[in-house]
Amino acid sequence: MTDALLELRGVSVSFDGFWALNDLNLALAPGELRAVIGPNGAGKTTFLDVITGKVRPTKGDVFFRGRSLVGTAEHQIARLGIGRKFQTPRVYQNLSPRRNLELAVSRRASPFDLLFSRLDSTSRDRVQHLLGVVGLEPHANRLAGGLSHGQKQWLEIAMLVAQNPELLLVDEPVAGLTDEETERTAQLLRQLSGEHTVLVIEHDMEFIRDLQAPVTVLHEGHVLCEGSMDAVQADPRVIEVYLGRETD
Amino acid sequence: MTTTSTSAATPGFLRRWWPWILIVAVAVILPFVLPPFRLNLLGRFLALGIVALGVDLIWGFTGLLSLGQGIFFALGGYAIGMHLSLNSLEPGQLPEFFGLYGVKELPAFWQPFTSPVLTFFAIWVIPALVAGFLGYLVFRNRIKGVYFSILTQAALLVFFNFFNGQQKLINGTNGLKTDTARIFGELVGSDAMQRTLFWFTVLLVIGAWFLCRWLTTGRFGDALVAIRDDEPRLRFTGYNPTAYKTLVFTVAGALAGISGALYTVQSGIVSPQYMAVPFSIEMVIWVAVGGRGTLLGAVLGAVLINYAKSLISEQLPETWLFIQGALFLLVVTALPDGVVGWLRQGGPRRIQEMLGWPPRAATYPELDLDPAVLAEKREIEARRSGSTTVQGDQP
Repeated sequence: MTDALLELRGVSVSFDGFWALNDLNLALAPGELRAVIGPNGAGKTTFLDVITGKVRPTKGDVFFRGRSLVGTAEHQIARLGIGRKFQTPRVYQNLSPRRNLELAVSRRASPFDLLFSRLDSTSRDRVQHLLGVVGLEPHANRLAGGLSHGQKQWLEIAMLVAQNPELLLVDEPVAGLTDEETERTAQLLRQLSGEHTVLVIEHDMEFIRDLQAPVTVLHEGHVLCEGSMDAVQADPRVIEVYLGRETD
Repeated sequence: MTTTSTSAATPGFLRRWWPWILIVAVAVILPFVLPPFRLNLLGRFLALGIVALGVDLIWGFTGLLSLGQGIFFALGGYAIGMHLSLNSLEPGQLPEFFGLYGVKELPAFWQPFTSPVLTFFAIWVIPALVAGFLGYLVFRNRIKGVYFSILTQAALLVFFNFFNGQQKLINGTNGLKTDTARIFGELVGSDAMQRTLFWFTVLLVIGAWFLCRWLTTGRFGDALVAIRDDEPRLRFTGYNPTAYKTLVFTVAGALAGISGALYTVQSGIVSPQYMAVPFSIEMVIWVAVGGRGTLLGAVLGAVLINYAKSLISEQLPETWLFIQGALFLLVVTALPDGVVGWLRQGGPRRIQEMLGWPPRAATYPELDLDPAVLAEKREIEARRSGSTTVQGDQP
């Protein structure tokens, strides 16, 4: 149990009596790539909110490298090595992609560091490299608000990578992307796993299949089943709550 | 008048620095051109430009709409006011107003203000500390948006009522007069002194501008903009916005204090009216009209609106409030980034288009050097050479 990088033990979250998460147990091994799926309202985003400290669990505990995260502030959790990409791309619209990445890449985040020290050259090279990886080099110095939806998604993924977290939580990375972009995203996330631990939440089944990762199915705030994509898709319980919903 | 000093300058230099050349030229020449009354008004309004810079820093860049900057403004004003009240007294004498309320001994908190050095620090350190303390409590509890604005206004009212009621401590409603006091042996209200104070104000406005520019252009400034645009996102990146907001609110407080002190010595009085609710709201209007998020806009807004107010009020006293309201409506509906923001975002060009004069299209070199255009060009060339690899001359 102790060798898990991230572990949720019996986590429940109640919003005024509505249980968004209900006795959720989940463990991620270091270097693992994991996909989480579930119908709308299954608690996927709340699940990320609990890990990143935005929502405090009503019951249960979250452990990262054996240390409880409950009650730790969001920015401290981020500094421990947990990065998050949001469902809708959230980039700083009034900064250029380069400036966006420079904020994310910075290891030291106190006001005085930002005022009195320049970004070191390794970090600057890293930013330049990442701009190239996500194909934003030509737009590096424009305002990010003017980028297309796909470019914003990629910029946010690049920001996540720039942060260099041990655990990447990626919420719907391919919403609104073209097929080609989706494929490239899957490729990028596969590359990142191994060195990083990656947890992806997604609706796009093709994309999940592309990831070739074990799948956890959430339903009504708890884990319904886990397994490979094929095994999960064959599971009658999953078909009932999720995949079979359309045939109702 | 501006070309003499920059005959060797390139047009690029002029384009970049014209506001500064103008300001320096105006600052040097005006005291000899304007009558003392007008000069004094301009000096006061420039002093207000400093508090406007602070408002721009916290509101324009960081998204914190404070309606309580009057607190810090008045604190700075009272600091210099108390010093000047004591400054020209004979030993053992008390400021006159104490006699009216039967106070025989100088209250203890007045003592430090006998010292010019301590007063110099008190002018900006006290407002900064009060701002830092208030700010920390508010930001730590993640109070933002409208709630922050209401809270700052409530704090302003608390200070206003407190200062109004303390006759025995600071002469309450009447405030402290500084006109007849002496500084460096010269009467504060004299023309020569006012001229010096005008230049001093200009210097401090420029200093404050550079401070704000330094704060807003580097990575720190990026973090401020990030807080304004998406604070939770920044938090999940490992930054603690509370530290940034507290720091920037503290700086704005210090700027307000300096502004208040300069305004006091040029208007000859400091009173609780500096903490009146409408005055702090006006500060926001200056910045909104001049250009939120542009430092130049903050200063220009403060000076021009106040000058307009004083000129219009002299002719048609009843109309100013309507004009101010109209200005604010105009900014809210048509110029969300104020006048300077509108100019920078190609406003004149749009007017030109509306009038049917076609603006010049981008041509060489701007177009050919555009990185996005270059990238597309490369892509097209790569595609073309990819489809014709037979005759291609790749290595």
